[in-house]
Amino acid sequence: MSSTTDLTSLTIAEIRDGLTAKAFSATELTKAYLASMEAARDLNAYIIETPEQALAMAAASDEKLAKGEARALEGVPLGIKDLFATEGVHTQAASHILDKFKPNYESTVTANLWNDGAVMLGKLNMDEFAMGSSNETSYYGPVVNPWRKEGSNAPLVPGGSSGGSAAAVAARLCAGATATDTGGSIRQPAAFTGTVGIKPTYGRCSRWGTVAFASSLDQAGPIARTVRDAAILLKSMASVDAKDTTSVDVPVGNYEGAVGQSVKGLRIGIPREYRLDGMSAEIEALWQQGIAWLKEAGAEIVDISLPHTKYALPAYYIVAPAEASSNLARYDGVRYGLRVPGEDIASMYENTRSAGFGREVKRRILIGTYVLSAGYYDAYYVRAQRIRTLIKRDFDLAFAAGVDAVLTPATPSAAFGLEEMALASPVEMYLNDVFTVTVNMAGLPGLAVPAGLDKSKLPLGLQLIGRPFEEETLFRLGQVIEDAAGTFTPSKWW
Amino acid sequence: MSVDIATVKRVAHLARIAVTEEEAASFQGEINAILGFAEQLNEVDVEGVEPLTSVVAQTMKKREDVVTDGFYADRVVGNAPVSDDDFFVVPKVVE
Repeated sequence: MSSTTDLTSLTIAEIRDGLTAKAFSATELTKAYLASMEAARDLNAYIIETPEQALAMAAASDEKLAKGEARALEGVPLGIKDLFATEGVHTQAASHILDKFKPNYESTVTANLWNDGAVMLGKLNMDEFAMGSSNETSYYGPVVNPWRKEGSNAPLVPGGSSGGSAAAVAARLCAGATATDTGGSIRQPAAFTGTVGIKPTYGRCSRWGTVAFASSLDQAGPIARTVRDAAILLKSMASVDAKDTTSVDVPVGNYEGAVGQSVKGLRIGIPREYRLDGMSAEIEALWQQGIAWLKEAGAEIVDISLPHTKYALPAYYIVAPAEASSNLARYDGVRYGLRVPGEDIASMYENTRSAGFGREVKRRILIGTYVLSAGYYDAYYVRAQRIRTLIKRDFDLAFAAGVDAVLTPATPSAAFGLEEMALASPVEMYLNDVFTVTVNMAGLPGLAVPAGLDKSKLPLGLQLIGRPFEEETLFRLGQVIEDAAGTFTPSKWW
Repeated sequence: MSVDIATVKRVAHLARIAVTEEEAASFQGEINAILGFAEQLNEVDVEGVEPLTSVVAQTMKKREDVVTDGFYADRVVGNAPVSDDDFFVVPKVVE
């Protein structure tokens, strides 16, 4: 490995091999990433870089490697979404209301990564409190997608809310990244940047120490450059955690072992309700291509019906804001973060929350407060929760009928332009999550894997949805798509 | 169902978010767009369907009722915008 740019092109699996073979050191690798981050600040993927911490962690990894005591992610440089509490390091959920907050504790997910030897490069930009589909709601400004349309210099969004994570992985500013997904926030940005993202089953990764948005929907997961790398990262992120009462007592699977296993005989459901009116011919063709690849690999394709699909998005936009309005009540200017004085304590609360929250967050808190208020609770919130039961039942019935996984497009389109949706109604922006949100409502695992380029040479992704705690099946199927489609890297312009 | 300006202001007060007249007006339009989008939920027959409160069929785990952490008040108040002698300081609440 001669030049530093070579090192940032390695996958996590290749890093593991290279470090073990002493082809390069963890310190050299980390330095290569720090240099690429410095050169890519125009993308605004990182909110803060932590070079001193990164080099100290890399040095510790080099010691472990020298002693032959390398752990699963020894020396692997990662970016961490700003939603995860990192001890002594900026943690603000990309919001002004957590101004200067530096937790004195570490989230379970990041603690798991550091215990496995990973190196932290910095905190990644995101939509404020993970509310957004374009990474334009961040207090720290939008992230720019490293991909551009062919022949155009116009900036595109990386998707959201894990836009910093996806952009950093695609632009080789980290070997992999943590992300979170409440309605599509891992899978949609992965699809927009040609990266691989998995939202595991609800309860697979601990939520302890991760800033809460909608607690019954939030799940952490990785964004990576390959299916194998996503499997390696998920293995370390996932755990059974006594500190999260919704953490499920199921042993963490052998995800990497599943990569490359045959998919012969697996039954893949193709839900007719995902064929939307006005869906672009390119998305339809991508989906058909995915079906053909899985069929060639020996999977059996079956048409299925998930009749309540169309109600998932409107139900989500009742349930998620309701939970958010409750979770975000804690930001009151007393215990941490921003405080804006007022005449009395009530006006101090009101002024603090008015100045500290961005517009998208305020709107969701207001909707949530409204649908939970006296007289509307049954009409909106309870009805949406009943519909959630029906959405989950649709999947339960398909799985009971022998379907092993479901294949759908990941998003209705490729990445769109920065500010392109500025004048659109919020509902139009929410339609980005139309294919992904059902998975959160039902608590299932969902994998987004790049499957091709559109006519403007922008990446497009497919989504695989699995049975609860059967992430292995998704990694098997995802590898088949990756083998057929290849991997996708943006041309460097930054 | 749709909300009027007075309702937006009432909800904003319940949520402890100060809003200007202008903001209240623009939130009104957006909230009504979202509530309008949610209208389609009324098409679904939910008679006899239980609301989903957990996607995982697992009884809520309970921890032993013992002290596992603590005794560092200075760290607890370490991030407070205003604190004094390990107490959070707020504007006067009781006259």
